[in-house]
Amino acid sequence: MHDTKDHAELSVEFNKNESRVDWHDETLWFVRKKRDIAVSLVPEWEQLRELGSQIKNHTLSNLDQYLEEFEKRAIANGITVHWAADAEEHNAKMLAIMQSNNVSRIVKSKSMLTEECNLNEHLLKSGIEVIDTDLGERIVQLRKEHPSHIVLPAIHLKKEDVSDTFFEHLQTEQHNYDPQYLTEAARINLRSHFIQSELAITGVNFAVAETGGFVVCTNEGNADMGAHAAKVHVAVMGIEKIIPKAEHLGVFLRLLTRSATGQPITTYSSHFHRPRPGQQMHIIIVDNGRTKQLGRPDFRSSLKCIRCAACFNTCPVYRRSGGHSYHSAIAGPIGSILNPNLDMKANADLPFASTLCGSCSNVCPVKIDIHQQLWKWRQVLAEEGYVSGSKKAGMKGMAYILSHPTVYRVAGKMARWVLTYFSSIVKIKSLNPWYRQREMPAAPENSFRQWYLKNKQ
Amino acid sequence: MPVIDIVSRKNFSLTDEFMLAVVRVGAQVVQVESMEALMLIHQLAGSKQYIINTLPALGEVDVSGIKGKDAQDLQGVYQVWIQGAIGVAENGAIWLGESSMINRLLPFICEHLIIVLDAGNIVVDMHQAYSKTEIDKEGYGVFLAGPSKTADIEQSLVIGAHGARSLVVYLIDKEYKKAE
Repeated sequence: MHDTKDHAELSVEFNKNESRVDWHDETLWFVRKKRDIAVSLVPEWEQLRELGSQIKNHTLSNLDQYLEEFEKRAIANGITVHWAADAEEHNAKMLAIMQSNNVSRIVKSKSMLTEECNLNEHLLKSGIEVIDTDLGERIVQLRKEHPSHIVLPAIHLKKEDVSDTFFEHLQTEQHNYDPQYLTEAARINLRSHFIQSELAITGVNFAVAETGGFVVCTNEGNADMGAHAAKVHVAVMGIEKIIPKAEHLGVFLRLLTRSATGQPITTYSSHFHRPRPGQQMHIIIVDNGRTKQLGRPDFRSSLKCIRCAACFNTCPVYRRSGGHSYHSAIAGPIGSILNPNLDMKANADLPFASTLCGSCSNVCPVKIDIHQQLWKWRQVLAEEGYVSGSKKAGMKGMAYILSHPTVYRVAGKMARWVLTYFSSIVKIKSLNPWYRQREMPAAPENSFRQWYLKNKQ
Repeated sequence: MPVIDIVSRKNFSLTDEFMLAVVRVGAQVVQVESMEALMLIHQLAGSKQYIINTLPALGEVDVSGIKGKDAQDLQGVYQVWIQGAIGVAENGAIWLGESSMINRLLPFICEHLIIVLDAGNIVVDMHQAYSKTEIDKEGYGVFLAGPSKTADIEQSLVIGAHGARSLVVYLIDKEYKKAE
């Protein structure tokens, strides 16, 4: 999934189509506003956030105990529990379940974990094709792309793109851009996949330790259509999806969708506890770097995330750079603090894809200090040598200037002089990347200090 | 372990709030004074279409027949009637347990879903809903709010993604006639 271009370079590509970037920016801001309206209707919202945060903190501190309790009860419920240390093991176990049941017709509802593990690509190597059934995920799958947003997978596309894709793959009318028509075409096509499916993969939103069951939330009903039609259901979850008690679902279901899309709840909040007669139910519990993150005191609370994507929708950088610029399964601010844990070198650019404005932390339903962690990652990455020489030299130079008042004053004077008399120099884009998308300001005649000394009476 | 100390809202009409929430999630809600009145409505639904009723109060229910059907058998189902257990005023969600749906596929695979709910089983919020629901009593259960929907194409809301295209909630409310 990862190519050699970094976030800034990939953003340049996304920004080539200005009207599309504007649409992306405004649409996600609209979703953020819907979130605000939904939140304003719940007077106890801040209390809910605090509870959500505390329950997750408590769970992370006792993760071993709750995972084992979950396993014990899930087995008693007739669910087969598998453990996977990393993506490779997850994919291998999934393949083994498929092969031992001799199945080839497979549907999958949304699971960011399977994206993180590159499951589809892995299974294709064994000749197994998985049909993604969430509409947005199906669209990007047909286009051989990846989701650009964890809740709205095809938000980077316009209805014209979807129409072209469906014309090619689902034989819809060319140039019919009606979302109703296009959705109906996908419904009809995916129905046939559901009816014939032998194995259904779903994600897990919450797994409850005390009952040994799990909850899956969708609006489309695709997780249920798959799981109830197929003779084998495999649910996959990261170890951080566990919550201790059923009553905790009340807190998280109230927080999740209001934060995600501004809905009061998803259409379907499905609670799976036992396979139906004749069905097999499996759950694969995956670590894939999570215990490593748990061991980093500064970053462990990133595991509280419930994947609502509120931080994506509010982020000024995400809205204007698009999800694919983050070259990872999980984009946005939360992805930028999760991905360096998985691969520091490949994702060293991501904590810098932020203005540190803090809006992400303000909207987070479980109070993750996202912007603080972005800032802390920058320091870790610099120490570990993953920051480019020019950025390092620039920061060092800046630190020197800012800590020496005389040097600072001279530098300011020089800058004003250059801006006034040789503005053409600062407008050479290769020398001054700041100027690429912006105008240079006019230099003031005096510095603030000069103005203050003159006017302080 | 943190204690959930949320105080649920008080002093408002649970029925009014629930009905508003059901409409907001894209469903229709109809108040009916009694089960007898609902029987008439059920009979009027006709028999030309493939309709499955799971409520003994509305007629004979072939439990083992319904249970044994798979997706292939059920793909042509036009309308399904199911008893809801609990309605949630804050979001319009209704808890359906496995025994009331008989077959897990039914609420999803049908074109149109009808849920019957007693107005006395409406609660304020999800905290009250979970305190009244034993989620692992049956193998499967769902909080269902409105018809299936998606906004994955340019954020345009489309009703009828993969599940039912419409939801009608019949609220059995003995007080309904008096209120008129």
